Amino acid sequence: MQPQSHRFKQNVSVALQDVQLQKALERVQEGFVDKRAAVVSTLPEFEQLREQGKAIRNHVLDNLDFYLQRFESQVQARGGQVHWAENAQQARDIVRDICKRVGAKMVIKGKSMISEEIALNDALEADGLDVVESDLGEYILQLAQEPPSHIIAPAIHKTKAQISELFYHAHQKLGYTRKLDTVPDLVNEAREVLRSRYLEADVGITGANFLVAETGSNIIVTNEGNGDLSCTLPRVHIVTASIDKVVPTLDDASALLRLLARSATGQEITSYTTFSSGPKRAGDPDGPDEYHVVLLDNGRTEMLAGAFRDMLRCIRCGACMNHCPVYGVIGGHSYGWVYPGPMGSVLTPNFLGLDEAGDLANACTMNGHCASVCPVKIPLPDLLREHRRRQFERKLQPRFARFALAAWATIVRRPRHYQPLMSMGIRILNRLGRGKGRFKSLPMLGAWTQTRDLPAPQTQTFQSLWKKQRGDER
Amino acid sequence: MSARERILNRVRAVTADKNGDDPARRIAEPPRLIRPDLGDDLVQRFGEKLTLGGGSLARVQDLQQAVVEIELFIRDAELALSLRAAPALKGLPWGDALEVSFGPSAGDDLVSVTPAFCAIAETGSVVLLSGEHSPTTLNFLPDVHIVVVESNQLVRHFEDAWIKLRESGEIPRTVNIITGPSKTADVEQTLQIGAHGPRKLHVIWIDR
Repeated sequence: MQPQSHRFKQNVSVALQDVQLQKALERVQEGFVDKRAAVVSTLPEFEQLREQGKAIRNHVLDNLDFYLQRFESQVQARGGQVHWAENAQQARDIVRDICKRVGAKMVIKGKSMISEEIALNDALEADGLDVVESDLGEYILQLAQEPPSHIIAPAIHKTKAQISELFYHAHQKLGYTRKLDTVPDLVNEAREVLRSRYLEADVGITGANFLVAETGSNIIVTNEGNGDLSCTLPRVHIVTASIDKVVPTLDDASALLRLLARSATGQEITSYTTFSSGPKRAGDPDGPDEYHVVLLDNGRTEMLAGAFRDMLRCIRCGACMNHCPVYGVIGGHSYGWVYPGPMGSVLTPNFLGLDEAGDLANACTMNGHCASVCPVKIPLPDLLREHRRRQFERKLQPRFARFALAAWATIVRRPRHYQPLMSMGIRILNRLGRGKGRFKSLPMLGAWTQTRDLPAPQTQTFQSLWKKQRGDER
Repeated sequence: MSARERILNRVRAVTADKNGDDPARRIAEPPRLIRPDLGDDLVQRFGEKLTLGGGSLARVQDLQQAVVEIELFIRDAELALSLRAAPALKGLPWGDALEVSFGPSAGDDLVSVTPAFCAIAETGSVVLLSGEHSPTTLNFLPDVHIVVVESNQLVRHFEDAWIKLRESGEIPRTVNIITGPSKTADVEQTLQIGAHGPRKLHVIWIDR
């Protein structure tokens, strides 16, 4: 998709006015946040597991060359092929070439964020292929011609009524003429429609939650069983994965799986965890004849070399966005590309550049909630701050913002000047706002006071109150 | 230079300074990682976790009873007494009440019966391996999936399943860890059973 991250501010304005979206976002709390808290509270080892998860992922990044080569040799030993892609274009071409070579007409897809990142569907459709998303959320979005707004629940922004409308229009030609209004009916209709597509497909494309170096396996976790059908029924299975997905052993994968489902959906484990290793073996009655893994770099080796290395620990659970107060009101589409929320605000500028996506990092409130729930302890606020620092360094912010930041930095680093200036400012604001106790508008802060009032401050600074109170106690 | 070499060279340039565990050794001898405490009654835990994930469990004493239980479950689901079973289960005392065929599913079977490689107490999961006598399509295409497990197949954690798997030799094309029926919450975060895979997962537990 064409990135829209540079329109972040406009996107946000639209999202805040979108009544349907706001209604849908309310469900994040109950659906994800509460469920995660409940499941985590029943596992006393959870904090230790987070620490261990961080250590495993760091160990992988320290030895990434070894594990990638080991993974490759294991896939090859089992009759599969590994393809390396430096960027999105190369990755698309690899998949297109495979589809052409095997004479594919129809492709069924499991959920893959890498596929979104490289805009694979458009490329395959341009080649005349019939491409069908099988994850229910992704299928809904394919009908709506929209990108996902959440990495775990891609259609979280859609209401039942909107989905019903989409199905009504798309399925009429297949003989489904009733407008549906219950969740079971909608799910059943999608099940029926998609079932025949699995059986027709020549190629199945899935993502990978992990790649296991020990065995050359790719792992997918699903609740629907859609990815599992996608990698079992077609005669060719293609895995699209990024190079950071590799883990050393089946044991390491298990340790991370314990974190993944709990952090993502508040489940202890999803219905299906499927390991695929190579094509079907001699004597196997089902399974694909060909197995391909496309390993995508697309900027990750650059991240590995720099300040954003910690971000490569990410296991794509979505907990950071579920707990982000900013995501909670603006939704995923505002971020303008593939990855939303805190992880998206770190990743997108790395992949698309600060000019395109720098504003994403500026929306963070530094509340730190994302880092406190991250299963592999990525210091997301620090990484977002690093994007801000670089924008300042490269003079990407508006001149007034830069001036204000520079002035603030100058003064805040000199406590002897900062304190008297602060108490003077507070006294002035206190006097000015004494009547109502709040300000409806302030010079140069119109954008802020447009939607809320600024409470008038008390007469003293925190520091002078603190001093006084300590003095009283003594 | 190929894309592969360029990517690996960039990786090597920033991972040259190795410290910590030796990766080759980690693969040869996977270190013992943290395993959640499971309590003592593993069979009970297995049943509880399986049920939590939406599956069901019936405990029987022998293969004869297992076949009776399969028939009862199909009757309860109000389906025809016809099923597709994994060839590995040809030896079950099937009797005459059920119409049984063996082999992979082409998509028109309503009930499948498969064996398991092991069962995991930690999560209430069954682990199924693909192979000549255990087609993977049986795990996903039918509406009802019945898995026959013997009590001596129960292991504590995932890691114990991997120990068993490594001992058995080559990893098969597909390893399925299955914990409950197919479900989705993609419409308004409302849980709905039976998205693309089986609507029911039933484990028949043979106490040995």
